[in-house]
Amino acid sequence: MTLSNSISNIFGVSPIKPIQNHMAEVISCVTKLEEFLNATFDDDWVKAAEVFDLISADEQSADKLKKEFRMHMPKSLFMPVSRGDLLSIITQQDNIANLTKDICGIILGRQMAIPKALHADFLGFVGSSTVTCEKAHGAINELDELLETGFAGAEVKFVQKLIRELAAQEQKVDKKELKLRKKLFNLEAELPPVNVIFMYNIIDQIGALADTAEMIGNQVELLLAK
Amino acid sequence: MEFFTEYGTILILLAACCGFFMAWGVGANDVANAMGTSVGSKALTIKQAILIAMVFEFAGAYLAGGEVTSTIRKGIVDSAIFKDRPEDLVFGMLSALLAAGSWLAIASFKGWPVSTTHSIVGAIVGFAAVGVSPDAVNWGKVGTIVMSWLVSPIMAGTLSFALFRSVQHLILLQDDPFTKAKRYIPIYMFFVGFLIAMVTLLKGLKHVFKDNGMSLTFLDSALIASVVGLLVAILGSYLLSKVKRDLSLETDNRFANVERVFAVLMIFTACSMAFAHGSNDVANAVGPLAAVVSIVGSGGDIAAKTSMPPWILLLGGGGIVVGLATYGYKVMGTIGRKITELTPSRGFAAELGAAATVVIASGTGLPISTTHTLVGAVLGVGLARGIGAIDLRMVGSIFLSWLVTLPAGAGLSIMFFFMFKASFGL
Repeated sequence: MTLSNSISNIFGVSPIKPIQNHMAEVISCVTKLEEFLNATFDDDWVKAAEVFDLISADEQSADKLKKEFRMHMPKSLFMPVSRGDLLSIITQQDNIANLTKDICGIILGRQMAIPKALHADFLGFVGSSTVTCEKAHGAINELDELLETGFAGAEVKFVQKLIRELAAQEQKVDKKELKLRKKLFNLEAELPPVNVIFMYNIIDQIGALADTAEMIGNQVELLLAK
Repeated sequence: MEFFTEYGTILILLAACCGFFMAWGVGANDVANAMGTSVGSKALTIKQAILIAMVFEFAGAYLAGGEVTSTIRKGIVDSAIFKDRPEDLVFGMLSALLAAGSWLAIASFKGWPVSTTHSIVGAIVGFAAVGVSPDAVNWGKVGTIVMSWLVSPIMAGTLSFALFRSVQHLILLQDDPFTKAKRYIPIYMFFVGFLIAMVTLLKGLKHVFKDNGMSLTFLDSALIASVVGLLVAILGSYLLSKVKRDLSLETDNRFANVERVFAVLMIFTACSMAFAHGSNDVANAVGPLAAVVSIVGSGGDIAAKTSMPPWILLLGGGGIVVGLATYGYKVMGTIGRKITELTPSRGFAAELGAAATVVIASGTGLPISTTHTLVGAVLGVGLARGIGAIDLRMVGSIFLSWLVTLPAGAGLSIMFFFMFKASFGL
């Protein structure tokens, strides 16, 4: 006997775990960025290509998770959070993984040699951006606890604090980006112009990583506000 | 009347068999829904759920099932109309039983939603209104019953919403939820014990008391119920003290230990849910049987006031237990496996809200759908932002199933009614 009035049919899959799993995949992707850069700074393009393959694989599995998530989000699902907010969050998360892959793709494709003078600042900049993404990950990880407490109380204040820290971190990244662009500006006359353009491009995209992380924080704040 | 002396035993046997089959169906199908939240939230294993269900469904059916059975037996149909043709009432009740039983079998086989309560009420109204005359139906009572079908999910939802909010504020949002849980949960246990005892004493044990010439005032009942509640709370506190905080579980989920404390509470709410369900749904199986027995027993004299022989409720309760033991455990397993996202703190709020509503309805003699009430309760917790995702399409299809069940039950009942009349040559 199949039971279509079985009480179990009314429970849908909670959207929170899939979002957290997707974010974990995205962070695994982003944290490989530093390793990739170090390989390119050492001129070890073979290793760089290997790391790029790993990043690609992470980005693809993130894509799969995102598609699955979207397929299980019918409009008829009644959730404690807005469906639109959740779909936005996962799109933003996926953007981080896409950006990471694009950044590495361009650097690898052009065998981009970043001037030694900029190496330290670059690594610092990328490190800060990665930390911003990790802070966003922290906020996303609190979603299941928010659900447990019914989106009220001390947990909400805690997550709001995390989001404030995330915004502060993004400001730091902005400052580092400015510093790096200035340094590049001072060197650009001595470098091949096309390379310089792409270097500015890369700096933009690494900054965009942190921006996207901050946007995720904003979305989570909207979630809490509902 | 000679008709009854000639055919009386056959009629009673037929009614008893159909009643037992209906009760079996309730045990096989319905109980799994009632206990599903306990199994799904991992508060109980399937074995524990079946054991609790067996004991408490039977207890609910026998101790508190009298009022609703009375409604099904003589509340819906206006007995005065049948004074001159009591055999019509007997045929009618038999048809209603057969109709509800067959609809249960057909719908389950086809996988359509089915409510035993809606089937039997639809069937009884069907044979009475069409088979005899529209005056044969007590439309006032039917109106009240239909109203209760609308009110019960709303009431359960409101109760569950309030319960979950109270759990939120008293326990989940506090600094040390584990200690707060151990402190406040016995209060909920008290309420469970008090509620069940109160309804049983006020309404359910009427047939036991009347025979012994005892009677209890409201205050007496309230006092006894409070004592029962206290005993339950004490037993519960003892079980709670056995739950030790395992810090290793809290790395993944800060509330893992709090939920373990709630799981103990869910044992008690599961008992109350089984009790409530038994008290309300046994009538679907044995209400018509009770009508047949009373008419045959009085030799066709409708007006005679007969008390319901206790073996009827025993048969109903027994049928439910057998249904549980033979098929219900499988269904419960399926349901339990499919509910993966419910935690004990939510399951408790939904289950207690539903159980309280159902048991109060049983006390008032109103047959309601346990599944609808439970769905209402789950929605209530969902509205309090307690549940990850509820599929409103499925909720809609469950709630709309009565649109099919009522006419189906009525139609089958009318068909069987005319078949009976023809085959007995009347």
